[in-house]
Amino acid sequence: MTRIVIIIGAVFTIGLGATAQSPSKPPDSARDKPLGIGTPATPEQIAALDIDVRPDGTGLPAGSGTARDGAGVYAQKCAACHGANGEGGTADVLVGAEPKSSAPFGPDYERWKGARPDVPFTIGNYWPYATTLFDYVRRAMPATAPGSLTADETYALVAWLLAKNEIVAETDAINRETLPRVRMPARARFVPDNRRGGPEVK
Amino acid sequence: MVDPRAYRLTVHGMVDRPLIFTLQDLKRFPAVSRTCFLECAGNYNGQREELTPQEICGLTSQSEWTGVMLSTVFKEVGAQARATWFLAEGQDAAVMTRSIPVKDAIGEAMLAYAQNGEALRPEQGYPVRLLLPGWEGNASVKWLRRIELADQPFMTREETSKYTDPLADGTAREFSLVIDARSVITSPCYPQTIQKGFVELRGIAWSGRGLIRRVEISTDGGKTWKLATLQPPMLPKALTCFRYPWEWDGRPTEIVSRAVDETGYTQPEMAAIQKVRGRRTRYHLNPVTGWTIAADGRVRFALERVRA
Repeated sequence: MTRIVIIIGAVFTIGLGATAQSPSKPPDSARDKPLGIGTPATPEQIAALDIDVRPDGTGLPAGSGTARDGAGVYAQKCAACHGANGEGGTADVLVGAEPKSSAPFGPDYERWKGARPDVPFTIGNYWPYATTLFDYVRRAMPATAPGSLTADETYALVAWLLAKNEIVAETDAINRETLPRVRMPARARFVPDNRRGGPEVK
Repeated sequence: MVDPRAYRLTVHGMVDRPLIFTLQDLKRFPAVSRTCFLECAGNYNGQREELTPQEICGLTSQSEWTGVMLSTVFKEVGAQARATWFLAEGQDAAVMTRSIPVKDAIGEAMLAYAQNGEALRPEQGYPVRLLLPGWEGNASVKWLRRIELADQPFMTREETSKYTDPLADGTAREFSLVIDARSVITSPCYPQTIQKGFVELRGIAWSGRGLIRRVEISTDGGKTWKLATLQPPMLPKALTCFRYPWEWDGRPTEIVSRAVDETGYTQPEMAAIQKVRGRRTRYHLNPVTGWTIAADGRVRFALERVRA
């Protein structure tokens, strides 16, 4: 049997008794009208917070950059943790175009690997969407000052990362028109979760 | 630290009424409490014999959470039918984000502002966090500042390059959010030494898909299995304590537990997981584990059992 526990202030009232109601069922599930709680959010208030970028490019700002522009920004703001060329640092390995013919796992990979050491999971061989790079770098990097990069710096860093992973050319301009069109090598690898419980191990 | 007077949660996107809520606003809504586990997607370590239960799978916990159902807030903002996903965004330094499928989450998701009868602690997401019972902990975004409803997932870093599951066939599973059933014997365990005679095996089992239906115990390394006793109250998506009385005859052996949940899912052996997911899978590992008992009574993590 289930038991509902309600907190009233700091007082616990435990065990209101057995009930057929699920503990997860909202207490107001039959109510459809709003309660009038909260303050309308203005478009300006929303715009000040709404920094996300979607795979179709929604949310990308104006600005542009190439890998050449990004090299200096990377050396100054990223290399200390991620290594001079996107590998060998203390933070995530960013650069690695191998294996070209597969993801870094699965039967094709195991055949390619042979006696080689395992390759790391990188932007080049595992990230499915190029837009994620802009979204994440802008919101979270550099770790010492997240949110401090300009749009141009962010586009340039994304261009540098894509070029180092052999996905775009060094001179390709990355901006809100071109970035959503970049096809990542691992894009087709990703499939929805098919686990649903039951006896089969998935 | 977030100033509770300055805290704001903005809910917008595919809604009829984009709204900003203060902490007091959220506390005015009808409240609900829920006891459930909360667990990291990377909660497994089995590399050597000298491991405690905490080191093997200790990145899990259980609390009674209090807050407002997300469905209540979605009614308040007028969530639109075409809004099949929402983005949850924290106000940590990295403003971390996850995309959540509305249909799978809306029945049980909460915006939690209290834990075990007190305000959330700073490290638990004060003043408000998302709580998704049974799902990988990373999705229960802390220090929640914004929810945006949309008709597609946002494909953030944490749901693409992280928290996805490479599989043996060369595909990678995304949005594998539910924690499957698992169990661990917490006593006896490393670094204990047991005595010949009566030993009560004790442990915990849990499933992100609902109730633990039963826990099976083997005291002969998996050759034969018997049922453990479950300790009420048994709650869905919550830690369930189990016990099993055992007479140790003093001979070396291996004690093992495996959980079965209400869907009929049986906690798998590591070999069965790796057969499906390959050797490079990194998250959502819930293999059957056990302890070897040496002739001198010393208890160690059963390493061979989880070796690929």
